[in-house]
Amino acid sequence: MVLTDAIAAHFNYWIVIILMMTGFYLVIAHPNKINKLIGLTIFQTSVFILYISFAYVRGATAPIIVEGWDDYVNPLPHVLILTAIVVGIATTAVGLALVVRIHRAFGTIDEDEIQPLLTDP
Amino acid sequence: MIAVHLPILQVVLPLIAAPLCVLFRARDLPWAIAAVATWTAFAISGLLLAQVYSVGVISYEIGDWAPPWGIEYRIDALNAFVLLVVSGVSAAVILFGRDSMLAEFGRSREYLFYTAYLLTFCGLLGVTITGDAFNLFVFLEISSLGTYVLIASGNNRRALLASYQYLILGTIGATFIVIGVGFLYAMTGTLNMIDLAGRVQAYGANTTIVVAFTFLVVGASLKLALFPLHLWLPAAYTYAPSMVSAFLAATATKVGLYVLVRFVFTIFGPEFSFVTLSLGLPLAILALVGMFVTSTVAIFQNDVKRMLAFSSVAQIGYMVLGISIHTMLGVAAGLMHLFNHALMKGALFCAVGCIVYRVGSSRLDAFAGAGRRMPWTMAAFCTGGISLIGLPLTAGFVGKWYLVLALIDRGWWPLAVLVVLSSMLAVIYIWRVVEVAYFRDPLPEAGPVEEAPLSLLLPTWALAFANIWFGIETSLNVSGAFAAAESILGGFGS
Amino acid sequence: MNAADLILVAVFAPLVGAFLILVAGDQRANLRDTLMVLASVATFVPVATILPEVSAGGLPRVDVVEVVPGLPIAFEVEPLGMLFALIASFLWIITSFYAIGYMRGHHEGNQTRFFACFAIAISAAIGVAFAANMFTLFFAYEVLTISTYPLVAHHQDSEAQRAGRTYLGILLTTSICLQLVAIIWTWFAAGTLDFTPGGILAGKVTGPELGVLLFLYMYGIGKAALMPIHSWLPAAMVAPTPVSALLHAVAVVKAGVFTVLKVIIYIFGTETLRTTGVSEWLIYVAGFTIVAASCIALTKDNLKARLAYSTVSQLSYIVIGAALATPWAIMGAAMHIAMHAFGKITLFFCAGAIMVATHKTEISQMHGLGRRMPFTMGAFLLGALCVIGIPPFGGFWSKWHLVGGALDAGEMLVVAVLLISTLLNVAYLLPPVLYAFLLPPKPDDHDLEVGHHQHHGEAVALHSYGGEGHGHRDLEKRGGIREAPLFCVVPLCLTALGTIALFFYVEPLFGLLYGIIEAGTVTK
Repeated sequence: MVLTDAIAAHFNYWIVIILMMTGFYLVIAHPNKINKLIGLTIFQTSVFILYISFAYVRGATAPIIVEGWDDYVNPLPHVLILTAIVVGIATTAVGLALVVRIHRAFGTIDEDEIQPLLTDP
Repeated sequence: MIAVHLPILQVVLPLIAAPLCVLFRARDLPWAIAAVATWTAFAISGLLLAQVYSVGVISYEIGDWAPPWGIEYRIDALNAFVLLVVSGVSAAVILFGRDSMLAEFGRSREYLFYTAYLLTFCGLLGVTITGDAFNLFVFLEISSLGTYVLIASGNNRRALLASYQYLILGTIGATFIVIGVGFLYAMTGTLNMIDLAGRVQAYGANTTIVVAFTFLVVGASLKLALFPLHLWLPAAYTYAPSMVSAFLAATATKVGLYVLVRFVFTIFGPEFSFVTLSLGLPLAILALVGMFVTSTVAIFQNDVKRMLAFSSVAQIGYMVLGISIHTMLGVAAGLMHLFNHALMKGALFCAVGCIVYRVGSSRLDAFAGAGRRMPWTMAAFCTGGISLIGLPLTAGFVGKWYLVLALIDRGWWPLAVLVVLSSMLAVIYIWRVVEVAYFRDPLPEAGPVEEAPLSLLLPTWALAFANIWFGIETSLNVSGAFAAAESILGGFGS
Repeated sequence: MNAADLILVAVFAPLVGAFLILVAGDQRANLRDTLMVLASVATFVPVATILPEVSAGGLPRVDVVEVVPGLPIAFEVEPLGMLFALIASFLWIITSFYAIGYMRGHHEGNQTRFFACFAIAISAAIGVAFAANMFTLFFAYEVLTISTYPLVAHHQDSEAQRAGRTYLGILLTTSICLQLVAIIWTWFAAGTLDFTPGGILAGKVTGPELGVLLFLYMYGIGKAALMPIHSWLPAAMVAPTPVSALLHAVAVVKAGVFTVLKVIIYIFGTETLRTTGVSEWLIYVAGFTIVAASCIALTKDNLKARLAYSTVSQLSYIVIGAALATPWAIMGAAMHIAMHAFGKITLFFCAGAIMVATHKTEISQMHGLGRRMPFTMGAFLLGALCVIGIPPFGGFWSKWHLVGGALDAGEMLVVAVLLISTLLNVAYLLPPVLYAFLLPPKPDDHDLEVGHHQHHGEAVALHSYGGEGHGHRDLEKRGGIREAPLFCVVPLCLTALGTIALFFYVEPLFGLLYGIIEAGTVTK
């Protein structure tokens, strides 16, 4: 069937989309701040998968020069994603640190509970 | 010999200075290291600007790897201009920051603050100077991470919430940029901006390219706080420490605008962006609506920093409006306003910082009686305010004048009238502060208050005075903006 | 020193004076006040020195800086600007003495700030007078608004705050929303903003657009107090009287009508206006303002309020002369700048002197005042006659030319308006004089009046324009009302005599202004 063929041929992109939307939904819909961070991480991960799946070349081998192979998988996106993963980890770390501080300051990390605590500026 | 390596030094010096702050954390040393690094960066950006004007585009290969395989730092009239603005205002603000941060943050963790500041500063400079699209993302995130820390250093616990919200939204924005870059890479196989430009523009309106364009524009708009993606900005500027508000207001959104301009004009090309995809109209509409809505909201704020934050979003609207006209005059007007606004908001936030230093709050009530007790501070505030309104012989007037010229030149004269009328909104919200400062008696709980110390006043006045200087001696901002506009438009647009 | 340098000295001398005044401060009050007088002289001397060159037909010019290409800050002196600058700087000298006497006699606070802002305002007025193009004029105009605001709101109480809001609100709104739009439009249509004899819009803007542009300018120049944007003027009367006298009878309002004249003569061109007839509506609006403001003046018991509405009315004399756009009308309008300035400043000086000496602000309280304050009320009479416009007072000449110009244009309605308003002037300006000289003091007056003030403190009777209640004890000690301090009386006598002098020495004035209407600027 055309539909299953379409999905099968681009399954990597489908996974990316599903993960991206899941992550995005978590960020928007969940009031718990840690859940939001988890959603953000999932969102970022979907992008990593996007890049890495670009890199794959059918019938190619790992990007180390070997005799007998002409095609190599593209190593550049992997490199980029390593950087992006590090950035993502740093962001998550800062985010979690903020959550700890928020908990200390407000006693809760649920946005719905924090809202009423905010007095007018 | 060093002159050759100026581009990399521009970024590396603040980067190296950051851990030095951790190592040398006694007394004022972190601040001193930060100040030296900032001023050196300012000097370097001045030299780079001079070099670009005399020689032309500077291309620097990192590690001697030739582009497009290696990362290239590419400096043309546009980013040299933005570099100068960012480092210039930072130079004034870092001097301001010494006593201000000490009062607001305390000595014990000061070195961590300056470390974060230097990382942010390095990131901002890196975004501006790089010629590689992914490198831009990396530096953007470096600066953003530092910014989250800087904002969270505020006294109020709401600073934490503001920082968190900015973290979420900022990361989404940066991720959008990465998605966009990823699609571009998938289509062209290169990350070097100039190489991308050649290949992308050859494709035309390919679906992937259009999708990449959308992600990039939305991501950049989040970073630059274009209405309605500005929601993180008011809380962030309000609850951050005074020095951070001044620093961010003058730099972060400017760099965001630079990212948008670089992608739209250099990589995608004005032909594709404005003719094929008609980006001009939606941008102009959002900019105009943003201008009026946020200016109006600013009028009703009770906290002066929050008011100035909304005012910043409105001013960003002016800049984006200029860019959206995509003629030489329009782009130059937008860039000119970038320069002028950095000076204006720098001066205004520093003046507010002086009040916070003495009175302890940035609420409108805290300004009561400030006209009498802190005359120099209020005079600086009034100067910045007059420049914001756009009276002739201030920097603000120059940017607005060219924007009006550009709009009329395009035939959109009703918009020109709207731009002039919107100045009235600025009159109103600046007016509220002036009235409270000069007409109300000081609050009894404020205690005895005297003028801010010289260490705070001098940088504030340097920025305020710059508003007047560049309103009269306009050669730097005007010709700089035009040179930048020319470099990115090429021959496009009449 | 050539004329170009003199122009710059005249514009910047008051600014230097303002700086020195701030440095001298409240601690060295005598030094500060001396500096102010010196600054005023230092401003008048260069202006007077340029006069011969301009009378002979010269147009000295100096270009200061080009802010953006096409928008230079430049000064050029032509007859109209020469006149305005002469009046402003000369009257500043006289007002300096008056202000010193008034502020001290009234024990006013914040004198340093007052005198410094005063000086800046004068500098702005000279800037308006000497502006070579509409951009420079607009800049000086805005500086004038901003620098006079602290003067209007000087007392910093809630009344001053309210008045200040009205003042700034109207003036800034009109100048940004209307005048600036008009300026930008002019720039695009004509390619320049330079003041040029014959105007710069001929052929560039036509038809109804020209009318709209004129409307934007006329209502954008809020300082000319056309109805209905006139209400800043009565509101500004909360200011101390030296402000009302020099700024709101001379500098600020004259800057407004001066700008109207400059725009009509040098941007539109009187020829253009006469042939297209777009200023027709302006004649009606100005005429209405003249009569309506006079009628309102009749109803006001507060002396400063009455004088304020009188000013609104008199300003429209100048506007109507400009709107008629015939040679004699323009001459009359320009002359009226001088005549009204002297007359009105005299009247305001008297109002202030009365306030200092007696704390009275309402006309109904001024019965029998003439016996106690003969010089003041005498000068008031002279000033009133000048404004009414009968010989041997200068005001006669300006009215004569205005009527002549109206007849030239065939506008009999204007002639009628001028005559009616003269009668109204008599009706509202002479009664105070008559009450003062011919009526006996009211029974509950004098010492009882002082006691009345003491009982009710600052709040009650002193809330009419500018009534402050200092120095009751002085009155008690002196045993009743006497003439105002010398620093106040001498200036007002001088300006009163000036109104007579202007009648007899009108020839040089006429000769100077003839330069505007000859040689094709205003063609017959």
